[in-house]
Amino acid sequence: METFWFIALTFMLIMYVVLDGFDLGAGIIHLIAAKSDEDRRTILKSIGPVWDGNEVWLIAAGGLLYFAFPKLYASSFSGFYLPLIMVLWLLMLRGIGIELRGHIDNKMWKSFWDVVFSGASILLAIFLGAALGNVVRGVPLNAEGYFFEPLWTTFTVVPQSGILDWFTVLMGLVALFTLTVHGANYVALKTENKVQEKAQTISKNAAWLVILTSVLALIATNLVRPQIWVNYSSNPLGFLFIFVALSGAVGIIYFRVKVNDLLAFLSSAAFIAAMGAATAFALYPIVLPASTDPNFSLTIYNTAAGEYGLKIGLVWWTIGITLAIGYFSFLFYFFRGKVNLKTEEY
Amino acid sequence: MEDALIIDRLQFAFTIMFHYLFPQLTMGLSLIIVVLKIIALKTGNDLYNQSARFWAKIFAVNFAMGVVTGIPMEFQFGTNWAKFSVFAGGVIGQTLAMEGLFAFFLESSFLGLFLFGEKRLGQIGHLISAILVFTGSWLSGFFIIVTNAWMQHPVGFTTDASGVVQLASFWELLTNPWAGWQYAHNMLGSVVTASFVVSAVGAFYLLSKKGEDYGRIFLKVGVMVGLVASILVAFPTGDKQGQNVAKYQPVTLAAMEGLFETKDGAELVLIGQPDMAKLKIDNPIHIPHLLSFLTYYRWKAEVKGLDAFPREDWPDNIPLLYYSYHIMVGLGTIFIAIMAVAVFLLWRKQLFSANWLLWIIMLSFPFPYLANTTGWMTAELGRQPWLVYGLLRTADGISPTVSAGNALFTLLGFMGMYTLLGLLFLFLVFREINHGPSRTVST
Repeated sequence: METFWFIALTFMLIMYVVLDGFDLGAGIIHLIAAKSDEDRRTILKSIGPVWDGNEVWLIAAGGLLYFAFPKLYASSFSGFYLPLIMVLWLLMLRGIGIELRGHIDNKMWKSFWDVVFSGASILLAIFLGAALGNVVRGVPLNAEGYFFEPLWTTFTVVPQSGILDWFTVLMGLVALFTLTVHGANYVALKTENKVQEKAQTISKNAAWLVILTSVLALIATNLVRPQIWVNYSSNPLGFLFIFVALSGAVGIIYFRVKVNDLLAFLSSAAFIAAMGAATAFALYPIVLPASTDPNFSLTIYNTAAGEYGLKIGLVWWTIGITLAIGYFSFLFYFFRGKVNLKTEEY
Repeated sequence: MEDALIIDRLQFAFTIMFHYLFPQLTMGLSLIIVVLKIIALKTGNDLYNQSARFWAKIFAVNFAMGVVTGIPMEFQFGTNWAKFSVFAGGVIGQTLAMEGLFAFFLESSFLGLFLFGEKRLGQIGHLISAILVFTGSWLSGFFIIVTNAWMQHPVGFTTDASGVVQLASFWELLTNPWAGWQYAHNMLGSVVTASFVVSAVGAFYLLSKKGEDYGRIFLKVGVMVGLVASILVAFPTGDKQGQNVAKYQPVTLAAMEGLFETKDGAELVLIGQPDMAKLKIDNPIHIPHLLSFLTYYRWKAEVKGLDAFPREDWPDNIPLLYYSYHIMVGLGTIFIAIMAVAVFLLWRKQLFSANWLLWIIMLSFPFPYLANTTGWMTAELGRQPWLVYGLLRTADGISPTVSAGNALFTLLGFMGMYTLLGLLFLFLVFREINHGPSRTVST
């Protein structure tokens, strides 16, 4: 039962990163891929009808975490207090940047919100990667299962480390470059002419940075947390995720060279999803490792909610997630094709 | 630790009060947009369609504000109230997760379609997406009310070996006797807010003599919906909710009514100031026996005063609770009066030229916001000193590792951020209203 909810939670988080990832990525490249007002409006319009819904996956995943593993929710949210609240502020700034930019036709107004939108997107991508880095590296949990991390201490990987150390910053960079490629692939897919060409160029260049930082991150993870291979040796199924991730990485480069925007976008999506799944597979059944004493680690078993509640959840979650996937399929089908600035402005 | 408790409480209070300024409009407004779309479809009058488009724009700005200020609410359960989350997550994790899954996905997907897809969807499809946005926002309200109702009156749970609660009956959780009336009361409150805002903008257009066609539509729809909602929010829903308080939280009833001594045939205090040193109401204006009658439908019934309960179970801020409740009830009464006069004049075909009343309607729109906010203050202050009534005290719910200094840092940050958000919001909405519906582009 706990394993099911672990998979469900991983699924929702991956959905969030794949979906919100491309609109975060669009934000990352916003300032460099588009210089004119028209081009910037095109980028914003490509994510306009969907970014809000994409963000709901984060809220829904948060809700699921609270429901299935309340102890983990409480411990991690209070322990990562400052970065989480800062993520909230960045999400706010980014959201109002997207919403308010178009309300006033004034150059200063627009360029201000362009910078806010892009800056918040870049920081959010780095924070997402650093958050994953923290979960892989472990946090200083005490015997009651709580901890508190400052933003940084010495930037080295020590038991009393901060949120940011060299390892988590490296993971932040992996996330930044990966989402840059992912977002650029999406923008290339949804636009034409100058913006499309520019996005294709960005995607091509950033792809090499993804490969480089991923290899570095893999070596670093091996140093920081050698235990990650235990699950792989006991259950070779995990190599499937690694295979998909590698194929995704190859696909990102191959289809970029072949100028196939759709397959390039699907490759970056597969790369992100498989990397997420591979990490979850390596951690299982631990969900938050302790850097203090391995016995203090939070697992799916010592953080799960009661049996009855988890069973009831099975019913409504299955219905709810089916509906949600249905809405999203319809939404993306409805807004398929290239963005046209002339239609459907509200 | 004491400091951290106060800062955690202030941060939650501040962020939730600011947040709820937006959903209370969007929940009610989504209903009014559906009404406008239906009238447009039935009569073929395009002015109603254009009105729906105009309010959809206001809706969108409010919705975006509601989303960005809503995420911190869910997060704060974990960040600032970790012990509460561990204690109650086995029960309220259900409803909070369901809100995300059933309400938010529905709302956000179909809002995108509603705003960006009118031409491609056609009028019927557009109406359906409006109805689905309405359904999503009212479902969201339902799950939040069920969560709050459980904190006010916990049902359907067992306490496990580690001392935390776990769900024992899903059905009892959803059919909590507290939840039904609270939900109806709350949703009608949001319809009151939306109807006053729609009417106020209508009055503004008539008084300023621009977009008068729209002004008349807004007023007509606004005051009719407003009268129905203003009456229903008091009777039966407010009245029934009061009886729930009397039944399940008698000490809260005594505190909000300002009744210090238990008595037969208790009076209803209309105005007066609670004196917490002498434990009495200063300068009271009251109606004899009315509280007994309203609570138990008997003039001589005994109503328990604060003296019947141990002091550590009294709500910890009785004057603020008392004022919140009295402001809500007082304003609610005035709303019925304003809307009743407006509907009467509408029926006599005099409303659109009754400038004195149009001025009152135009200036009255902030007060439903105040009434909804003080209503929630009554519910939340009344629950004190409990976080989960009778089970977990507020002081025992905060995060053990988040220091007062860190909490103050984020509280100040939220205050700065929300000041910016509030200013931008007001600027944009007033600008939109000033432009008027005729400039809204058809999609």
